Amino acid sequence: MGFKDHCFRKSLWVFHFGGASCNNCDIEILDCLTPRHDLERFGILLVGSIRHADVLLVNGSINRRDRDRLLELYRQAPKPILVVAIGACGCTGGIFAEGNTFAGPVDKIIPVDAYIPGCPPKPEAIISGIVKLAGKK
Amino acid sequence: MSRKTLIPIGPYHPLQEEPELFKLYCDGEIVRDIKWETGYNHRGIEKLSESKSYDQVFFLVERICGICSTSHPFAFANAVEEIVGVEITDRTRYIRSVIGELERIHSHLLWLGLAGHFLGYNTLFMWAWKYREPILDLFEMITGNRNSYAMFKVGGVRRDIEKSKIPSIRREMGIIRKKLDLLTGAVMDDPVIHARTKGVGILTRQDIIDYAAVGPTARASGVDIDVRRDDPYAAYPLVNWKVITAEAGDVFAKIEVRLLEMYESASIIEQCLDALEKLEEGNIALKINEIPAGIGTGRAEAPRGEVFHFVVSDGSNSPARHKIRAPSYVNIATFKKSCIGQTIADATISLAAVDPCYCCTERMAAAYDSSSGEKILNANELIEISMKRTKELRKSEAGHE
Repeated sequence: MGFKDHCFRKSLWVFHFGGASCNNCDIEILDCLTPRHDLERFGILLVGSIRHADVLLVNGSINRRDRDRLLELYRQAPKPILVVAIGACGCTGGIFAEGNTFAGPVDKIIPVDAYIPGCPPKPEAIISGIVKLAGKK
Repeated sequence: MSRKTLIPIGPYHPLQEEPELFKLYCDGEIVRDIKWETGYNHRGIEKLSESKSYDQVFFLVERICGICSTSHPFAFANAVEEIVGVEITDRTRYIRSVIGELERIHSHLLWLGLAGHFLGYNTLFMWAWKYREPILDLFEMITGNRNSYAMFKVGGVRRDIEKSKIPSIRREMGIIRKKLDLLTGAVMDDPVIHARTKGVGILTRQDIIDYAAVGPTARASGVDIDVRRDDPYAAYPLVNWKVITAEAGDVFAKIEVRLLEMYESASIIEQCLDALEKLEEGNIALKINEIPAGIGTGRAEAPRGEVFHFVVSDGSNSPARHKIRAPSYVNIATFKKSCIGQTIADATISLAAVDPCYCCTERMAAAYDSSSGEKILNANELIEISMKRTKELRKSEAGHE
């Protein structure tokens, strides 16, 4: 078992970065933590600081103003860190990819480990994506 | 000599319509001034809209805000239908209203949960979000998606509400009423919530008029405005309902208005379902081949207030100009009135009360004031202050009894 496996074997702490999104993915991510899905039973916890996080969730299209802040967050993150792009906008830019302020998609800015498509992805899809990612490593 | 401390809130708030950076200038614990910056969520939607066909614009405006993702298509449909000059069918009207009101219930529940979270009342947060889930299930049943429903098009809706689906919607409305009773009880009977929200973040009638605030924010201060009644659209003139207002203008009044509005929404949905049962299935969209040149304005009452769309058509298949004004744009400006002079703990809930989607949990950075070098609080610390205050109040309440 390597170092990375060891890091991601137990409870994953998640930091959530919402770029220029429409909030749909954001509320679905929060929804994962509320009673119906209750991700905390697996030890998955949303944390307030990137310095405590194992996973960086990024959703929303990234505009020019968000871009530098996302880079800075990635720089501050403890390595190894898993980056997950959530939603159509996070994966490709979605409907906003043609916008004049668009600076993404996420994988052009920072390396991405997993993509969870959907507009917005259902909480089940988000949970399944994270579980697959944790299992793979 | 007083030294002002700068507290930045933002820029990333996962649940706000537009992520913004708020700067609270504090003197001790009292907020003396507030400033804000926008642009973090700028996606160039108005410009994008000009490059898309009328059918595609619906999908675009739906993604302005995921929480009120029917209000924008609603207003856009009203605007384009004004240009074309068509009257939609009755069945379409009722279906549109059902979707609009279901959305109001889910949005208000979401807000109520977040308000509870900011007050340190996490049970309310979990309850409200739990009871919101069945509403999302209804959306999935009717439209095929939990959010971003893609129901609207020019001259009608894309999917019908068949007779077979009506009983389950009706049953769910019965259940949500009971849950609302429970939530209302939880809010109204808790002396700590009264102590934390009464007399906090007061906006007077004059403030609302000065800042042109809309929606529940305005109605909680006794300003009786509601687009659904003042500029009737869809099925709202065809059903019985009333506009909820309160006089106090504080955070408690805003909670009250939103709770009571949910009961009204449930009643509107039930009346619409009665009408839908009597009307024949099908005939949900008019065939519109061409959008003539012209100017159209569309308004709709989103859960947070009035959404305004202005569309200029030059006769081609995409809008020549599309102007959008969302309710938060005007409501946010009222922070100048509601937060100044409050303590930091109360400012958190005052900000949350104006915009239903205020969530600063993971979005605030700790920073240092460049002039004084003073450490500035970060998100979690700010919420902790708010929670601590509730705890203290709870203790002193227990002492009295």
